[in-house]
Amino acid sequence: MKIKDVAEILQGEILCCEEQADREVQAACGSDMMSDVLAYVKDQALLITGLCNPQVIRTAVMMDMICIAFVRGKEPTAEMIELARAKGITIIRTPRRMFSACGLLYSAGLKSGK
Amino acid sequence: MSALHLEFDVAGDNFLSAGSATDRVKNELRKLGVSSADIRRVAISMYEGEINMVIHAGGGKAIVDIYVDKSVVKLIDHGKGIKDIELAMKPGYSTANEEIRNLGFGAGMGLPNMKKYADELIIESEVGKGTTVTMIVNFS
Ligand SMILES: Nc1ncnc2c1ncn2[C@@H]1O[C@H](COP(=O)(O)OP(=O)(O)O)[C@@H](O)[C@H]1O
Ligand SMILES: [Mg+2]
Repeated sequence: MKIKDVAEILQGEILCCEEQADREVQAACGSDMMSDVLAYVKDQALLITGLCNPQVIRTAVMMDMICIAFVRGKEPTAEMIELARAKGITIIRTPRRMFSACGLLYSAGLKSGK
Repeated sequence: MSALHLEFDVAGDNFLSAGSATDRVKNELRKLGVSSADIRRVAISMYEGEINMVIHAGGGKAIVDIYVDKSVVKLIDHGKGIKDIELAMKPGYSTANEEIRNLGFGAGMGLPNMKKYADELIIESEVGKGTTVTMIVNFS
């Protein structure tokens, strides 16, 4: 599915890099532990997380992810959005909680990846 | 001689900026045309090491040499050192506090990740003096 579909399914708001909303994401990873993301992510382009600090953006950069969805309405700081924009990572903010966000996306066909 | 030599000071008091040295290295590797799979191995291992210097050692220095066929990342700190390296290498072993855990790190996966992604990992450490971590990634 496309990044814009992710935003729509999560009833979320795109906070930056909206210009790449047509890019495809095939698989996602949901985690609040960045070390786990670094350990296990392979080709997942979307990170779903309830953790909200600049290291989340950094971690996504390291893993070549292109989109982060912050659950539970977590509000990224201006500094985080600036970093994400510079790195070409779309940020979505959704009021959904982790479990339902993952469930909704999974039901819509998003995979967990290799 | 290496094709590119880079040095960075990694600030110990700023968790939020940790990872910027790794980010710079990642960009340089891309410019040099290194494959994205190799770049990722360098990036993950160096980033975990950089985070460790910040959360466990009060910061330090990163010295990076990029050759045509490999990268050598050296992370030098003068922190508290590691008493039992074998124990520290165990997946899940961590002395990180609750505050660090709330920031998304401290799962005890850093050193195992570094070992997994680097072709060579050398840890030299002396309690009370500091730690030097050397990671070599051979390009495929
Ligand atoms: N540079 C360092 N200086 C001092 N202690 C370190 C350093 N790097 C790692 N350690 C010790 O090794 C443990 C395991 O490290 P790691 O696997 O990265 O897990 P984590 O950082 O999540 O605790 C740390 O909790 C810490 O006690
Ligand atoms: Mg660590």
